[in-house]
Order: sequence, then structure tokens, then C-alpha cells
Amino acid sequence: MADSATHAQPSSTDGQTRRDFLLYATTAVGAAGTAAALWPFVHSMNPAADTLAMSTTDVDLAAIQPGQAITVVWQGKPVFVRRRTEEEIAAATKDDAADLRDKATDASRVQKPEWLILIGVCTHLGCVPLGQKAADPKGDFGGWFCPCHGSHYDTSGRIRKGPAPLNLPVPKYTFTSDTTVRIG
Amino acid sequence: MSGFQTNNKVISWLDQRLPIFSMMQHSAIDYPTPRNLNYWWNFGSLAAFVLVVMLLTGIFLVMNYSSHTSLAFDSVERIMRDVNYGWLIRYLHMNGASMFFIMVYIHMFRNLYYGSYKAPREVLWWVGILIYLAMMATGFLGYVLPWGQMSFWGATVITNLFSAFPVVGQHIVTLLWGGFSVDNPTLNRFFSLHYLLPFVIVGLVVVHVWALHTVKSNNPLGVEMKGEADSIPFHPYYTIKDLFGIGVFLIFFLGFVFWAPNFFGEPDNYIPANPMVTPPHIVPEWYYLPFYAILRSFTLDLFGIPAKLQGVVAMFSAIIILFFLPWLDTSKVRSAKFRPLYRQFFWLFLIDCLVLGYVGGKPAEEPLVTIGQLCTAYYFAHFLIIMPLLGKLEKPKALPASIAAAVLKEKA
Amino acid sequence: MRKLILSAIAAVGLMASSGAAMASGGGEPLMKPGFSWEGFFGRYDQAQLKRGFEIFNGVCSNCHGLRLVAYRNLAAVGLTEDEIKAVASAREIADTPNDEGEVRMRPGRPSDKYIGPFPNDKAAAFANGGALPPDLSLMAKARVGGPNYIYSLMQGFVEEVPEGHTIPEGKYFNKYFPGNAISMPPQLMEDLVSYSDGTKATVEQEAADITAFLNWAAEPELDARKSLGLKVMIFLVVFTAMLYALKRQIWKNLH
Repeated sequence: MADSATHAQPSSTDGQTRRDFLLYATTAVGAAGTAAALWPFVHSMNPAADTLAMSTTDVDLAAIQPGQAITVVWQGKPVFVRRRTEEEIAAATKDDAADLRDKATDASRVQKPEWLILIGVCTHLGCVPLGQKAADPKGDFGGWFCPCHGSHYDTSGRIRKGPAPLNLPVPKYTFTSDTTVRIG
Repeated sequence: MSGFQTNNKVISWLDQRLPIFSMMQHSAIDYPTPRNLNYWWNFGSLAAFVLVVMLLTGIFLVMNYSSHTSLAFDSVERIMRDVNYGWLIRYLHMNGASMFFIMVYIHMFRNLYYGSYKAPREVLWWVGILIYLAMMATGFLGYVLPWGQMSFWGATVITNLFSAFPVVGQHIVTLLWGGFSVDNPTLNRFFSLHYLLPFVIVGLVVVHVWALHTVKSNNPLGVEMKGEADSIPFHPYYTIKDLFGIGVFLIFFLGFVFWAPNFFGEPDNYIPANPMVTPPHIVPEWYYLPFYAILRSFTLDLFGIPAKLQGVVAMFSAIIILFFLPWLDTSKVRSAKFRPLYRQFFWLFLIDCLVLGYVGGKPAEEPLVTIGQLCTAYYFAHFLIIMPLLGKLEKPKALPASIAAAVLKEKA
Repeated sequence: MRKLILSAIAAVGLMASSGAAMASGGGEPLMKPGFSWEGFFGRYDQAQLKRGFEIFNGVCSNCHGLRLVAYRNLAAVGLTEDEIKAVASAREIADTPNDEGEVRMRPGRPSDKYIGPFPNDKAAAFANGGALPPDLSLMAKARVGGPNYIYSLMQGFVEEVPEGHTIPEGKYFNKYFPGNAISMPPQLMEDLVSYSDGTKATVEQEAADITAFLNWAAEPELDARKSLGLKVMIFLVVFTAMLYALKRQIWKNLH
């Protein structure tokens, strides 16, 4: 086969260069085109337009008493909405000075101190922490306790003990009136 | 497995344990190919390319498809409207099916023209027919999935074909349906099989290529390669030629996808399936139309055999008969280039198939019914009468001594 | 070359046979006014889409649904966010069960699909003398002739039923409807709506606008499709030309 490969070579070195250039250019263009053609397939796995459109949830706060909490669904995840008591707020602000793993003041985590709104997904490995219902264990710091691997969150949703690295995240939300909040 | 050498120690280590590089060298680079293949020989690689496109688009469509009768139609429309580039992926898949058949039909007619099915390529030809059969099944199953009116009624009509068989017919149909009509169980199993069969096709393609590499390509002259001068290595000659073919094909294919995506489709399939209402004029996808015409050509009960059974048997026979072609064709000469009479009958046969396709797409009215019957008769006559006789009666032209001799003569 | 041409004809013939199969139907040949989105460079005219939407929302939607189009999609027609909210909240849809398990109605939201006029098909058929007004989401793709069919049908009503046709009670004669007897009364008339852009609402204008809107509803991706197609084609022509040049280079020294 070697000889048929050689007799396919152009005789002049000039032609050789021209052919090499054409080969490299075509290969480059072809590679770019193939990569571009794959993008629609990759992008089709990203959230679709209808999924994105469902990305806000309105919550009615009127019925929630101080000390109570409700769980709403936003983007398929639980969101904790807790109406904190004065004591809980005081405990949270007092601990601003404590040795926190993920430093954040309580004030930076709420828009209105009374209303604590958090994504209820443990930052360790994604379980839903307990503490929403009155009978739930609330952990050593009166907030939430994740039963999967024992992370303790305080009344500001900050990580205080256990394996989780970060505080419970605060979703984007806006108060659309005194008693309704839009999450997302 | 000679020819592969490398200084790269890692590749060499791997190749000694799994000769993947040697194999590539042997069957994709050094592989000796006739030097005189024309562009009709591009359609095999084009069909393989479409198969890859179909697998890729299909796998991504499945990520957003729901195979439940109450969700299927809307899930397809969600792909079209909400999924990022969903419309592109779906239209590629939809038109890709038609492209696959166009490529394969051209590939098959090229085969018929140049007598590529003849010894020693009978098994290669058989595997090709199996691929074609698997494609027809896959195409049919896939057409059902969007659960439009044509999906539903196509499924109903085609599954009912099996009811033509005596005694067991109705049991087969019930088994296919998983119920007493085409319904959710049917859709689910069709989805399962539609996902399975393409991989069967991939397997068959591997066998097809294996058989090809054993007997090597036929060529427009139909004389075997005899020496080094007759062949060239597959790479770079045919790799670049196939790639160029893919470029031209993509322009054709994507022209439909971007500007006429529903050209091959039926408007009725944009109406959700309704088991209570049959569309006034139901037709299968275009690639089945010639066989559909053969099916409908039998309208009289003869010798106690119901017309329905005759039609079904004839339709299946129209494909089965292809398996016997290597022996029905009695000519010693392969290429139609040297068979002046066969060449004429080849074109007649092609026209016959096109007319059958046309008739299959029209309502069953006169004079089309009679035309369809005549064309059906001719279809079988071509294989059963003309092909055996031609080999005996025809006086072929003189064959060239070798491929190289013919090429050089042409050049001179 | 002869072979090449012959087989090209063959391929086209095969395709045409499937195309021709669709051309059968009822009534007169359709009007073909020519629409902005047709052809190689065709695009939707957003002002026209908006006019069409005004007719749909004001007239058609009293009987017909548009269940595959979400209110949020109407941004493509030229509606502002507030306008979309207003249109969406004009109708109510069943909410998810509340804490007491009751299902209440709530106004539509932009993320909802266009809420139909009837709770279900049975109710729709019952309210319309047994004839179900079809959903219009895919009408432009689901009928032979597509947009031309819609355009023609809207203008195909004839008051005097021609000789040789009998139209049952409660049906209307339409030149373009298969079988001619259609359950929908004539809809379009001069100044049926007053367009917000001040366009004079003639019957032809209305027919063209509603056709445009329904074609958009069926093929909202059309603009994106054709513009991507153009880029892809330019790339492919260049790339294929390069492949051809390379092929010639490689094969040049063979013989």
C-alpha cells in the first residue's frame, strides 16, 4: 500500500504546501462546524422556555403566625418561609458575632427581620432539613437540623455545626404587598 | 494486519492488546478500493451518516418525549416550542427519516444497475435487505410516536395487515396492540421498539461492512479488481470523496429542514389522534407507497384466497423476492454498462416503481387501480420472467480486461 | 450525466407523489395571496401578527382554543409584559387545591397556556350545536394548503347557496371547506375590529392578519429557523467547496 500512497503525492513541493494548507484549513473549518452543530444538542438539555417561565412563586403570608413556618415549592425545591418570633430574631442577631463557618450577618439574610425565607436544601448533599413543623427537631441552635448527616442551622439559617459548608441560601424574592411575597 | 506501525509506545502497547489501530489501518485506510467508483458509490456512506444523525437526534428527542397517549402529542409540541432548539432536532429527525430512505433507495438502485448483488456479494446484498426491512419497521414505529391522526390510523391499518393471515391473524393483531385497539400499550411498545431497532440496524451495518470488506466493492465496470493497479487505498481517496458527498448531501437535507420541514409530512398528523374519526384520505409515508400500491392491487377473491390475504402476501413477497435476485438474474455480466437490454429494463423497472409509488399515494380510484395492478404485475414479472430470460437472450458487450486497462483507455 | 438527470427526476417524482396526494380535498382551488413569511428570506411581519392577535383575541377566541400557545409567547407578537398580564388574567383557570383541598379558579398567568373558552370539548360542542370548534394552535399546519386554506376559508362564505348544493339547517356554504357545509358562520366583515395601529380593517386585511397570527401560532420558530438556516447554508457552501477543492487536489495525481 505504501507505494500507492506515495504516487498520490504531488510531485512538486510547492503543490505539497498548497495541499497541506487546504487540508489544514478544511479540517479546521470542519471541526468548527461540527462543534457548532453539537451546541443545539447540548443546549436542548438546558431548562426549556416553559420551565424558565414557571420560575416564580407567589406566597400568601397572611395566615402565618409568629413562630410558624410554611414550606412552598419553587423551581421544584422546598422554600422555607418562617415568621420569626422576637426571641428568634434576637438570637440570630446576637450570633452575628459568633464564630461562623460561613460568615453573614442576620440583617444581610432578610429583607424584613420578621420573615426569613430560605431554600430548604442542606448545603451538604441536598437533603431537606427538619425544623418546619412544631414537633420537628430544630437542632442545637433552634433553627433546622438535617437528619441525613447531622448539620445544625440557626434561626438565621446559618450553618453552625455538622458537615455542611454553607448557610442555607436565600432565594431572590420581593414583597409584592404587605402579605404577599414573590419568590424568584 | 500488516501496515500499521507507530513509534508511540502507548499506542503500540494498546494495539498489541487490542488491535484497534491495526484494524483501522487495515479497513479504513489501506483498504483497497476500486479506483473507478463513481458518485453513485457515495450513497452507502451517506446512508451511514444519516443513521448517525438519526441516532443522535433521536436520543435527544427522547429526553423530552412522553410515550403516553395523553401526553405524546403535547410533548412533541413542547419540543417544537419550548425546548431549546427542539424544533431543529425534531425536524432533523423527521426529515432525516425521509433522507435515510432516499439514500438507501439510490444505494439499492445503484446496486441493481451495476449488478452488485451477484456472486460473491449475495450475502452482502442479503444483509442490505435486512437493513432495509429494519428501517421500514423503525420508520413505521417512529411515525406512530407523535400520536397524531396519521400516527394512529397508520398504526391501525398496518397492524391490521396481520389480520389477513388465516386462524392466527386476529391473535397476532391483539398481541401487537396489547388490547382491543391501538392504544396506550401499543404506543409504549412501539416506543420501546423504535428505540431498540436503530441499534439493530447499527449491528446489521457492521455486518454489512464486514461482508463488504470480505468481498470488496463492486465497481461501474463490474469486473473484479485483479492487481495493485486496479485499486487505490480507501484513505485519502474515498474518505475525502465521501466527505465531499456529505457536504453536498447536507445542503440538500438542511434545505428541507430549514425551509420546507413539513414537505414529506402529512397535515393530518398535526391533529391529535382521535380513535373515533378516520381522516378522509390516509396514506403511509412516501417511502412505503410502492408497497402500499401493491397491497391495494388485489381486489378479487381468487381460488378461495381472500383478496386481503393476497395483497398482504404480495406486499411481503415484493421485498422477499429481492433475496432471490442473485439467482433470478442469470447473466454472467454484472454491470448494465455492458448489458444493452438489461439497461432498458432497469429504467423500465425504476419507472414502474415510481408509478407504483404515485398510485400508492392516490385514492383508490380508476384508472389508477388498473394502472397499479399492471405495475404490480410488471414488478413481479421483472424479477420472475425478465431477469432470468435476459441473461439467456441478451448478448453482452465485451468486458475490459481490467479496471486499470479501462481507466487508461478512457484517459487516452 | 443523463443518468444523473434521470434519477434526479425520479427522486423529485417520488416526492411529488406524496405532495400530490395532499392536494386532494374539497371545493375550489385556494387563493394564494403571498405572505411575508414565505420564501427563502421570508419573515413574519410583527405588526401584522399583532393585528391578527387582536382579531383572534377579540373574535375567534370566543369559540376556539389556542391551547399550545402560552401567554408569555405573545411577546413575539409585540405585546408588552403588562399587556400579556392583562390578556392572561382575562380568563380564569382552576388553581391547584388550596390548604383546605378546595379547587378555586384563579386568573391566568403569563406562564399559562392560552385558556380556551370552554372547560372541555364536550362543553364546546354542546354550546355550538354539536359541532366542536377546533383548537387553532396548529391549524396552519394541520390543513392541506396551510395558511392559504385559512385565508381562503375566511373569505369563502357565499350567502346564496349555489345550484345543486343543499346546506343543512345551522350550516353555512363555504367554497373552500371540504364538503362545503361548514358549521362556523361567516366571521369577517368590514371594521370587525378597530386595529390599535390604525390599519383599515377590510375583510381581506382581516383574513390576511388572522392567517399570519395563526401561522405564527403553529410555527413560532419560523423566523429563528430561517435565519439559522441562512447561516448554516453559507457555512455549508463554503465548507463543501473546500472539500471539493481538497478532493480534486488529492485525486489530481492519481491517473
